[in-house]
Amino acid sequence: MATTETMTLNMGPQHPSTHGVLRLVLELDGEVITKITPHIGYLHRGVEKLSEYRTYHQILPLTDRLDYLAPMSNNLGYILAVEKLMAVEVPERAETIRIIMAELTRLQSHLVWIACHALDIGAMTVFIYAFRERETIMEIYELISGARMTSNFFRVGGLSQDVPDEFVKKVSDFIDVMPGYLDQYEGLLTTNPIWLKRTIGNGVISAEDAIDFGITGPALRGSGVDLDLRRDNPYGGYEKYQFQVPVGENCDTFDRYKVRLVEMREACKIVRQGLERLKPGPVLADCPQVCYPPKESVYNSIEGLIHHFKIASEGFPAPEGEVYQGVEAPKGELGFYIVSDGGNKPERLRIRPPSFVNLQAIEKMSKGTMIADLVAVIGTLDIVLGEIDR
Amino acid sequence: MAENNRAVLQLKEKFAASIIDVVEFRGEVTVTVKKDSIIEILSFLKHSLQYNLLTDLTAVDYLGKKEERYMMVYQLYSIPSKDRLRIKTPVNEADCRIPSATQVWRTANWLEREVFDLFGITFDNHPDLRRILMTDDWEGHPLRKDYPLQGPDREPYKGRLS
Repeated sequence: MATTETMTLNMGPQHPSTHGVLRLVLELDGEVITKITPHIGYLHRGVEKLSEYRTYHQILPLTDRLDYLAPMSNNLGYILAVEKLMAVEVPERAETIRIIMAELTRLQSHLVWIACHALDIGAMTVFIYAFRERETIMEIYELISGARMTSNFFRVGGLSQDVPDEFVKKVSDFIDVMPGYLDQYEGLLTTNPIWLKRTIGNGVISAEDAIDFGITGPALRGSGVDLDLRRDNPYGGYEKYQFQVPVGENCDTFDRYKVRLVEMREACKIVRQGLERLKPGPVLADCPQVCYPPKESVYNSIEGLIHHFKIASEGFPAPEGEVYQGVEAPKGELGFYIVSDGGNKPERLRIRPPSFVNLQAIEKMSKGTMIADLVAVIGTLDIVLGEIDR
Repeated sequence: MAENNRAVLQLKEKFAASIIDVVEFRGEVTVTVKKDSIIEILSFLKHSLQYNLLTDLTAVDYLGKKEERYMMVYQLYSIPSKDRLRIKTPVNEADCRIPSATQVWRTANWLEREVFDLFGITFDNHPDLRRILMTDDWEGHPLRKDYPLQGPDREPYKGRLS
């Protein structure tokens, strides 16, 4: 009599569709998955530990490197947490530029998602197209911060510097053409029979399960839960902007795809509103205890130089207490929890990474399906290992 | 104010003996409770007060600063009423264990594994308590305050000499 037994298959950490160094140990019955054991931590750099030894200004560059596909969203979350702790008011111009950049970052992150997700399921053209548009956003990054990925552009109390004059035109031109490009992607995917076969009914997770697993962001909205922190707990000035929050119905990969596409269109609208609100003015709060002095005064006066030196080397003491700031990052709720003991360094900095929490549901979403469908689930969860491992 | 918070009112009524402290700072309400009743309180908050999303679970090491060395921190969010609540509970170094919240939220699984890995706090009744970020054979718990930043086998970095 023939007997069957399950097979253990190792997937990753070096694997094109695991989006980084994720290792999955799969238990297979034929081609059907019966158990998934994820192994993470290959990219662990101890950011939370390092932060306990750095001043509040010095931690900012570390946050770029968490979700490296959305650096400014990470910067924003951290900066807002520190500003909440220090009770610093940010000038309107800085707030507006932050929101423009946060939404461009959302577009950038979602472009990488659609590119890699489609490539994983066999649609290569979208990858080339989406990376073309991403390049424009990287150029905007380079224009304002000098770096394409590790932007380090925001500061506690505002921005490191004002944006150059060509910024408005460059962003405006991009937002004019972006919806047309989104139509192109939709033309390639939304009615594509192969895409539909691969995504409809794939990776189903009910609303109750999604909440139970702590899933946030587009993955939660794809399961029909109407939660968006930008609208429900506005931060950093989002209460002044009008936008729709898309919600899915069928809890599958296709609905999450549709949710993210609508989010990209809404992000374009928010950027447009931001450009309309952009008025000349200061970009750094008038709060010398906390903020860096303007560069002109550093270069031209001894007081400015001393001030800069003091803030750069010693930082600023924060009041004793603890704050949590959650922001709607492209991948879900990104939270920064700071415990201060009154010193110039945090007693504890906890980063709540959306990808880490979302990845936990991978077994629930792909148990009983084929290996090829697991690749689609990894794509739809939109994980970044830099953020998971920290 | 914190005293009028809907959760604080209910908790004071139901679990008066377990509440150690209620603090409001920058508009965020933190309730510190005793470790014995933590699961009871969390599931009451989840089922009766609709704090249905466990956003985050972590720990803080107060070595030499507080009598009870560790503090467990639970960040709760209520999707229906869109508000947050932070629950904390102290954990003693001598009895470095706490009941697992996985029976209330499945998301607590990995979050507790991370705390176990980086702080060395044991979770009772956890279904799969293994290290998660560090390798299985790692010694020590990196986020403890007495764990050196450079790692246990290296000289501390003293800055560049030149």
